Amino acid sequence: MKSSLVCLFALAAVSLQAAADLSKPIEALRAVQKEGEGNEAAAQAWQEIVKADAATLPEVLKGMNGANPLAENWLRAAVGVIADEALKAKKLPVAALVTFLKNTQNSPGARVVAFDLIHRADEKLAEELTPTLLEDPSSDLRRHPVAKLIEAGDAALEKKDKDAAIVAYGKGLGGARDEDQIKELAKKLRALDQKVDLPKHFGFLMSWKMIAPFSNADRAGFDTVYPPEKELKFDAVYEGKTKEAKWVDFTSTEEYGKIDFNKPFGMEKSVVGYAATDFFSTEDRPAEIRIGCKDGWKVWLNGELLFARDEYHRGAKLDQYKLPCQLKKGKNTILVKCCQNEQTEQWTVEWEFQLRVCDATGTAILAAK
Amino acid sequence: MCLATGVVRADWLQFRGPNASAVSTEAKVPGDNLKIAWTADLPGRGLSAPIVVGDRVFVTCSSGPGQETLHVFCFNAADGTKRWERAMRSTGRTMTHNKTCVAANTPCSDGERVFALFSSNDLFAFDLDGNLLWLRGLTFDYPNASNSLGMSQSPVVMDGTLVVQSENDSESFVAGLDVATGRNKWKLERPKAANWSSATVWKNTVALQSSKGILAVEPATGKTVWDYSDGASTIPSSAGAGDILYAASHGITALAPEKGSVTQLWRNEKLNSGTASPLVLGDSLYVVNGAGVLIKASLKNGDEAWKMRMKGPFSGSPVAAGKRIYIVNERGIFQVIDPEAPEGKVLKEIELKETVLTTPAISGGAIYVRSDAKLWKLQ
Repeated sequence: MKSSLVCLFALAAVSLQAAADLSKPIEALRAVQKEGEGNEAAAQAWQEIVKADAATLPEVLKGMNGANPLAENWLRAAVGVIADEALKAKKLPVAALVTFLKNTQNSPGARVVAFDLIHRADEKLAEELTPTLLEDPSSDLRRHPVAKLIEAGDAALEKKDKDAAIVAYGKGLGGARDEDQIKELAKKLRALDQKVDLPKHFGFLMSWKMIAPFSNADRAGFDTVYPPEKELKFDAVYEGKTKEAKWVDFTSTEEYGKIDFNKPFGMEKSVVGYAATDFFSTEDRPAEIRIGCKDGWKVWLNGELLFARDEYHRGAKLDQYKLPCQLKKGKNTILVKCCQNEQTEQWTVEWEFQLRVCDATGTAILAAK
Repeated sequence: MCLATGVVRADWLQFRGPNASAVSTEAKVPGDNLKIAWTADLPGRGLSAPIVVGDRVFVTCSSGPGQETLHVFCFNAADGTKRWERAMRSTGRTMTHNKTCVAANTPCSDGERVFALFSSNDLFAFDLDGNLLWLRGLTFDYPNASNSLGMSQSPVVMDGTLVVQSENDSESFVAGLDVATGRNKWKLERPKAANWSSATVWKNTVALQSSKGILAVEPATGKTVWDYSDGASTIPSSAGAGDILYAASHGITALAPEKGSVTQLWRNEKLNSGTASPLVLGDSLYVVNGAGVLIKASLKNGDEAWKMRMKGPFSGSPVAAGKRIYIVNERGIFQVIDPEAPEGKVLKEIELKETVLTTPAISGGAIYVRSDAKLWKLQ
């Protein structure tokens, strides 16, 4: 009996020691940077972490909080190795992972891993937790309850309970942040004669001032600084490529918020256009400007260049590019440069973009006015 | 460790195997009477080909609504049981054309490590037991290095250097990375144009193909060895055999680079590969054109010997062992071809009953094929 107690005490001490020792190797993984910087130290640290007891999983997951995406992957791989062993031995600390999941201050990426582990260990428990994730900061975690609500709505419809179906689909749409689920729910609600305001749901900016056509001959216009990059004077007239370039008002009626330069300016080729709009924020806050565009483009917020992309006609989709930014309280001016190239194929006609303002989850930030 | 050299053990270490030639070097060949030895389930999509290191088969997949989850699997070649799996998350862009996916680049190995590159420009190095050795996020490093249609250039490893291409319309480059640390040894700008072709390992050089032509570099330094500038394909890759590179350029152009200059031996513009890369077997060259026609041509002068219409279409490339060519069409019909028959002959077909868009691997007298949901061993 005495020797057993000694062993238990020793095991507990080793476990505590292991837990205490992980802070340094976790920090080594968090220190990795671009171009492989820190890889050597991270490789050694990773070996230490994967030998740790399963009880350390929440601590390793916590290491993902605030980590860059590279460090997140180092930690994700370590969690995977520890968890695989723990699942085999049926020693996954499920209760601790649930606690970790429920704390929304933990990083969305780490909480997704925690939920997946809970699901692998106890599918029924994961099912029970699913409805609590509908308003989650992680768009990945929201997918589960939204899928359940779609199923619930479908089941209600089969029973001819239209009202219950509308409630389920409507609740699902409120939580949905991924395009596929939003599209599916919008279609189902409209089939039940319900109105769905997709531009509002996504937060597309629909009304812009637009000016064109400046030259993009030899694709040189992408880097040419035309007057709208120096001044936004909406009554100014400039020399354009084929005609005078003047600002016009444009409001999109397309429910995915396409801002189509071809509509006000005609189907020009080798041209540059600009679109500007003001976005009024109720507060100083972090945000994301998300753009989908298959032409060359640049985006400025309050005069600061957020990103530039010189790829033409390889495809566009919702949220193709996510540009983290900081909104200031009051007026924020967004300027988009959209460059059409010289290609003449039918699939190169588009000279357009779609743009929305949202938080990191993809939840629309609606303008104050 | 005992896992040291590739060719002796007849591993299949990269896209199109030994020297990216698509021809097995081992004496034990799969033969004609192939059957499905085992099938393993995969959780995600993939156009990447399997690779084989010793008794282990490695394959990559991508899954999730936006294909953000990147999987690397290791299976036992003997029975298809899973040895390990690692699931990572993309740090680069995951948008692709619907036909392709994020797991499009075939991984490669130096016999000790497995290097898994994805269309998102995420790159992971594992040892054969699944220990993470290093990682890179090449779009995290170089933010405009991406292609909205997806990328597929497969890495190659030679002389302690992993050569990784990320050639696109915007931030286009090739880099030589230290296999031990993942850090850049060298990095070169490449033509700003989308490119899905893969490098050919040939005569101690890495031949980098693009719309501009073919640049052969020293793997350890990135220094130019020779430069052919008459344009080349951006989808099918070239094939080297002996002292000649059969370049996917204006059909096929036979090149004999020597001492920095390149001599053109012959060109046949009718040998126009579709998506599949050409294959050199014996004294003949084989090309699968865009209509699914297999063309046999002379290595000496490019003259056509015969044409055979096969059951296509094909996205994957043909591979060969002994006197047989093996290819899978997009509808999952695996075909065994006798190229020495007077007009070519399909000897056997196996219906895999899944869409297959990738190239098989050959090792240990067996063939490995994957789809978006399964990995098969045919033996």
